[in-house]
Amino acid sequence: MAERQESERLVKLLSQQGDVLVGRWIEGVSHTLRGRLSVLELDRELRELYSALVEGLRAGGPDWRGEGWSEVRALLTELSRNRARQGFSPTETATAVFALKELLVPDTDTSQQDFAAYLELNRLVDALGLFTVETYSKTREEIIGAQAEQLLELSTPVVKLWDGVVAVPLVGTLDSARTQVVMEKLLQTLVDTGSEQAIIDITGVPAVDTEVAQHLLKTVVAARLMGAECTISGIRPQIAQTIVALGIQFGDIVTKATLADALKHALRRIGTSPEAAAATVRGAR
Amino acid sequence: MITAPAVPEGEQQTLPIASNDDVVRARQLVRTLAQQCKLSLVDQTKLVTAASELARNTLVHGNGGTMRVGLVDKGGRRGVSAVFQDTGPGIPDLELALTDGWTSGGGMGLGLSGARRLTDEFAIDTEVGRGTVVTVVKWTR
Repeated sequence: MAERQESERLVKLLSQQGDVLVGRWIEGVSHTLRGRLSVLELDRELRELYSALVEGLRAGGPDWRGEGWSEVRALLTELSRNRARQGFSPTETATAVFALKELLVPDTDTSQQDFAAYLELNRLVDALGLFTVETYSKTREEIIGAQAEQLLELSTPVVKLWDGVVAVPLVGTLDSARTQVVMEKLLQTLVDTGSEQAIIDITGVPAVDTEVAQHLLKTVVAARLMGAECTISGIRPQIAQTIVALGIQFGDIVTKATLADALKHALRRIGTSPEAAAATVRGAR
Repeated sequence: MITAPAVPEGEQQTLPIASNDDVVRARQLVRTLAQQCKLSLVDQTKLVTAASELARNTLVHGNGGTMRVGLVDKGGRRGVSAVFQDTGPGIPDLELALTDGWTSGGGMGLGLSGARRLTDEFAIDTEVGRGTVVTVVKWTR
């Protein structure tokens, strides 16, 4: 019952000079954002939030998880999601909520009743601030997850270099998940294009350790089982020396220093001389 | 045996190794330090690859652990040291584990022995049931 009274008192305090308080709040928050968000936008956001907050207190009392607060929670979720997407820091995002505390700072003239109401506001703002940060980090995680997935797709194009020759330029870290995607794409492209030569280019792979090597070997063996020949290209000097020191054996797999060498080799294997191929290209121009 | 002086506190960086992403992070951190130390490109690649093997060992065989890296100095020669520590099951037969091609899992069996060949100093301290600590150093030439 006492809490109910405090909520009512708080509603009164917050609505008495509503416009002045919102104005101060917006001003305080816009300082921390240093003009990276338009004043108009911030104004709209915070005004909406403020009236929802007062309404929430009036209807739902102090329980911010309750039905009466759904509007506030929805607005806060939207606010923190937007901030996360626009690249604001968690501090900048949460400060918008925490700045609410500054509006009703009690002084020596504050009555006992108002003081209790202020403490109530404090408790609420803390809870809402944490809610905001949580939503913020959830959004960030979603963004990171989506980016990781996009990278997985991005980094594994299979390109057709010539009739019967396809290539996969690998870039970045090669883990089990990516190898699986690469292998599937390569094998499917071999079938779709009827190619007999595949080139795996590792120029963009920063380090070849035993796991990467094992993944490469598996891909080559799988391609062989489908009747295609695989060449690994893009072996830079430092990678070559590291592979030797590690003791990895590539066996009878053809390896080349550059993609151009690998293409020449592949053309010869399918019975097209590289010179004739070059002439075809010139003729087509 | 490791003769490098202990890495001064504060210049050391510690990285937890608990997932595959951490192995990537370990590799990137070691590469950054190797570049700072002005190791040659070949030595950088060798150290990064060794760190990758050892970090993965820590993750796969040691059930996760930490990597501590830092720059070291010995008589004017600079180097990068990396210590991989786990509290996993330990290695029962070290000689066997350091044999080329022997693997306890599905790997190639070259990680540990390869890391020894890729670095200038390599020390391993292991006890069954207590865990494993692998220390490697790569010096500038």
